[in-house]
Amino acid sequence: MLSIKNLTVNVNDKQILKGINLEIKPGEIHAIMGPNGSGKSTLSHILSGKAGYTVTGGSVTYQGKDLLEMAPEIRAREGVFLAFQYPVEIPGVSNIYLLKAALNSIRKHHGQPEVDAMDFLTLVKGKVRLLEMDEKFLYRAVNEGFSGGEKKRNEILQMAILEPKLCILDETDSGLDIDALKVVAEGVNSLRAADRSFVMVTHYQRLLDYIKPDFVHVLANGQIVKSGGAELALELEEKGYSWLEDSKAAV
Amino acid sequence: MTAATASRYTAEYSNIAPTLPGQNLPWLTALRQEALTKFSALGFPSLREEEWRYTNVSAIEKKLFSPSLIGQAQELVSTELLASYQLPDTWSVVLLDGHFCAEFSVLEGLPETVSVMSMAEALAKQPEIVARYINQAVNNDEHSFVAFNTAWFTDGLFVHVPAKLVLEKPIQVLHLNTQNDALASTRTVIVAEQMADIKVIETFVGLDAAYLSAAVTEVFVGPNADITLYKLQCESDKAYHFGGIYVKQAKDARFIHHNFAFGGLLARSDIHTDLDLASECELNGLYLGVNRQHIDNHTRINHLKPHGISRELYKGVLDDRARGVFQGRVIVAEDAQKTDSQMNNRNLLLSNDAEADTKPQLEIYADDVKCAHGVTVGQLDEKSIFYLQSRCIDEETARNMLTFAFANEMVDKIKIKSLHDQALEQVLIRFPQEGVNKEWL
Repeated sequence: MLSIKNLTVNVNDKQILKGINLEIKPGEIHAIMGPNGSGKSTLSHILSGKAGYTVTGGSVTYQGKDLLEMAPEIRAREGVFLAFQYPVEIPGVSNIYLLKAALNSIRKHHGQPEVDAMDFLTLVKGKVRLLEMDEKFLYRAVNEGFSGGEKKRNEILQMAILEPKLCILDETDSGLDIDALKVVAEGVNSLRAADRSFVMVTHYQRLLDYIKPDFVHVLANGQIVKSGGAELALELEEKGYSWLEDSKAAV
Repeated sequence: MTAATASRYTAEYSNIAPTLPGQNLPWLTALRQEALTKFSALGFPSLREEEWRYTNVSAIEKKLFSPSLIGQAQELVSTELLASYQLPDTWSVVLLDGHFCAEFSVLEGLPETVSVMSMAEALAKQPEIVARYINQAVNNDEHSFVAFNTAWFTDGLFVHVPAKLVLEKPIQVLHLNTQNDALASTRTVIVAEQMADIKVIETFVGLDAAYLSAAVTEVFVGPNADITLYKLQCESDKAYHFGGIYVKQAKDARFIHHNFAFGGLLARSDIHTDLDLASECELNGLYLGVNRQHIDNHTRINHLKPHGISRELYKGVLDDRARGVFQGRVIVAEDAQKTDSQMNNRNLLLSNDAEADTKPQLEIYADDVKCAHGVTVGQLDEKSIFYLQSRCIDEETARNMLTFAFANEMVDKIKIKSLHDQALEQVLIRFPQEGVNKEWL
């Protein structure tokens, strides 16, 4: 699904990622954990194509293609989805409009006709119920005046409708109370599939209580310093990050 | 500017005066004479005047716009044209080239206690009532456009809604202009007595002609009454537009204004309101400029008494060589303690040659108030563009979508469905088609 090889990335001439190696197979859930400033967000941004980063070395291959060569919207149409830590508010555009525009962009990319209006509504309303959202949400402006929990739920709703192959969840648990966290986690779990992979970027282990990762990687100072199974997250919760921060990159 | 050029208008006045309504009313004749004297001395407003410093109206002086005769143009107005602007589910009054047109107006079913009649008719039938309001929310000293309107107005509308009456449908005043070189100068008075509640829509449209539309509207919101006033200005792109809205709010009165300034070669709107004790106003505006349009919006919120609340949001989108002007003044009198005021002006420039001049002014003479203002002039937010890209939308489409969204936020505030759809359509024809799919909205 995704293969990151010796990736080095600069922001304003400062090296943020210092040689990342990561292999993600279809159906796997990987958690990227690490302290603030470790490069977690940079990694999720570089995968989704945000501007302002300079790749100085290494490669990212997604489904056999060079991901870094693709414009952000092409990555999205090819199945890469970033659930934002801070979803943007867009007054003046309704949620349902954005969903329709996004879904039809994917369909066009794959040479398919526009989605039928009735089928679309049925699809969207089903997903809305799944995420325990009010249908009125669909007709409100994108994220405008939404609470933190509502915004994150909305990200997962988009994910559920667009059915990506590689889902990157950037600090999805931040700003969520326990009830919202459960709903979001259930939404993510319901999307688990043999051909869909997840990368969860998170500072805390909390989210991993509800979405069990197959692999946990610890990012510190721009390098993956330790990798392990789900149990590594628990160890981190107990010990913190400091014992790992000075380690050399895991090989 | 100079009395010399205005003198062409003044010279013509003696020919026009006998055709104006209310000739038999000494008070009105005196008022018009005073206005004429003022206008003759000053001419049209000049760039030297602080509140006109960004808007040069000398082109109006170089031309000579004259009032057209009644009924000259009815055959020019097709059913389709009328249907495209006349809103269903409203009581609709048509002012054709500055004259009330009974044939096109729809007033059936209006409650008997409500007066909606042409200004000419009101001056003939109930001049003593009109006299109570005319030139009371504004006067000839405001600036010479007001004086010009007072001297020259050929007709207009008089609306009176008695106490406690909630009007079930909005009243639409459709200003329709058809003639080259014509002046449509109208005076409208809107009165809502205590606890009444009305919605009025002023629509300005025209055929492809160079004309001058000069409308003054005086609004009186009674104690605890509600008036929502919409203005949809879609004048011809060759036209000159001046529209002044002057409001007196009694205590606890609420006034909401939505100003959509889309048309005209040169368009200026004044929206001035005086707030009494605990009254509230909301001023919303959207101006869209393309080509060489010049669109000026001038607002003044005058907090005269304590506990008033004002909210103002004006947004502008300017492309090509268009120029948008926003001057927003908030005045808080010494007596107006506990005033709560917010003013915001946001501009989006789509071209390097477009220009936005924005001047928020707070004048606060009280010491216990909450007043905020903010201004932005800029381009689209890169974060929003990336967000849409990450949702499969290409950059150009994202930019168009966000530009539309910026404007649509104001359109979404319209509570009247037919007007909302009309304003939306007007926004859409002014933006690139790529990026916004009408059918999905």
